[in-house]
Amino acid sequence: MIQNLVDGVLVGSILSLGAIGLTMAMHMLRFANFSHAELLSIGAYAALVFDGLFKAIHPALAQAIPPLSLTWSLSIAILISMALTGLSAVLIDRLVFRRVRAKGGELSMVFASFGVAMIIRNILGLIFGLNPKLYSQDIVFAIVVSRDPFLLIKPDQVFTLVAALLIMFILHLILSRTTFGYSLRAVAENPTLAQVSGINLNRMIVLIWLIGGGLAAAAGVFYGLTNQINPVLGRDLVLLIFAATIVGGIGSIYGAVLGGFLVGLASNLALVILPSGYSPAVPFLIILAVLIIRPHGLFGEERA
Amino acid sequence: MIGIISYLVFFATVASILSIAVLGLNLQWGNTGLFNGGVVAFFGAGAYGTLILGGTPQAGQLGGFELPYLIALFGGMVIAGIVAWVVGLLTLRLRHDYLAIATFGVAVAFENVMRNSDWLGGAQGIRGFERPLREALGNGFSYNLAFFVFVLVLLIATYVFLERLIQSPFGRLLRAIREDETAAQSLGKSPSRIRLTSFVAGSVIMGLAGGLYATFYAFISPQDVLPILTFQIWAMLIVGGAGNNKGAVMGTFLIWAAWTASGWALSRFAPLEVQLYTGSIQFVLIGFVIVGMLLWRPQGLFPERLVVSQSAKTK
Repeated sequence: MIQNLVDGVLVGSILSLGAIGLTMAMHMLRFANFSHAELLSIGAYAALVFDGLFKAIHPALAQAIPPLSLTWSLSIAILISMALTGLSAVLIDRLVFRRVRAKGGELSMVFASFGVAMIIRNILGLIFGLNPKLYSQDIVFAIVVSRDPFLLIKPDQVFTLVAALLIMFILHLILSRTTFGYSLRAVAENPTLAQVSGINLNRMIVLIWLIGGGLAAAAGVFYGLTNQINPVLGRDLVLLIFAATIVGGIGSIYGAVLGGFLVGLASNLALVILPSGYSPAVPFLIILAVLIIRPHGLFGEERA
Repeated sequence: MIGIISYLVFFATVASILSIAVLGLNLQWGNTGLFNGGVVAFFGAGAYGTLILGGTPQAGQLGGFELPYLIALFGGMVIAGIVAWVVGLLTLRLRHDYLAIATFGVAVAFENVMRNSDWLGGAQGIRGFERPLREALGNGFSYNLAFFVFVLVLLIATYVFLERLIQSPFGRLLRAIREDETAAQSLGKSPSRIRLTSFVAGSVIMGLAGGLYATFYAFISPQDVLPILTFQIWAMLIVGGAGNNKGAVMGTFLIWAAWTASGWALSRFAPLEVQLYTGSIQFVLIGFVIVGMLLWRPQGLFPERLVVSQSAKTK
């Protein structure tokens, strides 16, 4: 039970990072982006590639930072991967979403995102193979925090949680303290009025993709660090991330953060009662529960 | 020669069954503008329902009610309809994203529950189904031909039903809601109720397709209700042309032919080490077909013909 709670918080921090970008894009561009979770995969694999590259350049970088299995090279690779994934999100928008948007169909966008997800997921599978990969072959033993109740935590998991919280705090500072943050909130509130006030809507869209992609990449690497990296990572997480945005209310960034933790907790606690084989069905149950109890989520507003 | 003919019958049977599902989706998406991201859930509900209601008893499994075939098939459609009604009731009042996400979720959950519940067949699926009239027609070519005719009759019936439906006042109402919900509401119509009707009707049709599919193989397993099927059915509709029933059927045959041909070509000509990735290659190809269609010909190969008014049509 206590183990499930702790695991839930750890998974929750990863889901929150993924959900922030998704909820921003969904609010701004008004479509359910089924390819968002593939950005996590792109991020995880990009970090894998650069991690390998840095290790080859300088062997000292291959040293793990004790007590983690995280190496110096991977920590630099995470930053590069965040930038690259953000750029890929912008590129995908340029190539596909912006053009479909110009033709006017909101729902065509949803379908286009299905197609994009399919292409990304399978191309990653073709390039990197279908077998799971790991950042580090070293076995890092979990630390027994207590025996009764039994609780195991890996150092990497603690790092992941702290790093995720730090990233979210930085985002909070940006949103609440900078002109960019004000503009973003203005655009979310009322796009037309924001444009009248001299905010460049297209530039805001690019920034949203950059931030969303960057956060997704961090989430992907953290997931890979605490689990493993495989091409269907996006497929496995997409519904959980959607559940997080729905719990928080579509469009609410703080809702997405809270939603991520709640979904992480709920899906891990569900395993106390349900056999683990049923875990892929749990996010759907969460979504159903939210739709019945509070359709617009915790912080969402009614909007057609 | 007989080999080719029997293969063509096999191909046409599967393509006709899928056409029925695509027609159901066309009612939801093409005519009403509802995004159903979980076609397989309703297809699967029909398939599992038919086999459970019409099959022979199996140890430790639900079902084996041995109902007459047509009643079992109808029961499968009803089950698909009930699933659709529940999902629709919860999501159709909200913004459209919710329907897309919830239907996608119901499909994932459906496949997962079927795979893990041994009393519903588990990963092995449901066997022990006696195909109807097997004793009279035997197991060979004549049976397959007769079954193809049966499927074809149902396809034509579905087609005619939908054509009449969309020309009826109800059909006009569907398009009115799709184009401008507020305007329809101002005329005293209830968009959420009409959308629910259309969503359930389309899902029942998908359930029929699922029931026929399960009958054809006398078997259904979680492997038959993977998300890729939703995607294929969508591709068929988008390529054919959303809103046009003729396009939907043409699109189905076209995409299904392309899918089977590419699978065959890859297994025949690709080197052995590539064969493991046949699925991935096909998925990438179909992904490009979809995105390409949406970018360059979103109206599909056979676009919807919009009739401005009833009087304009008669001229």
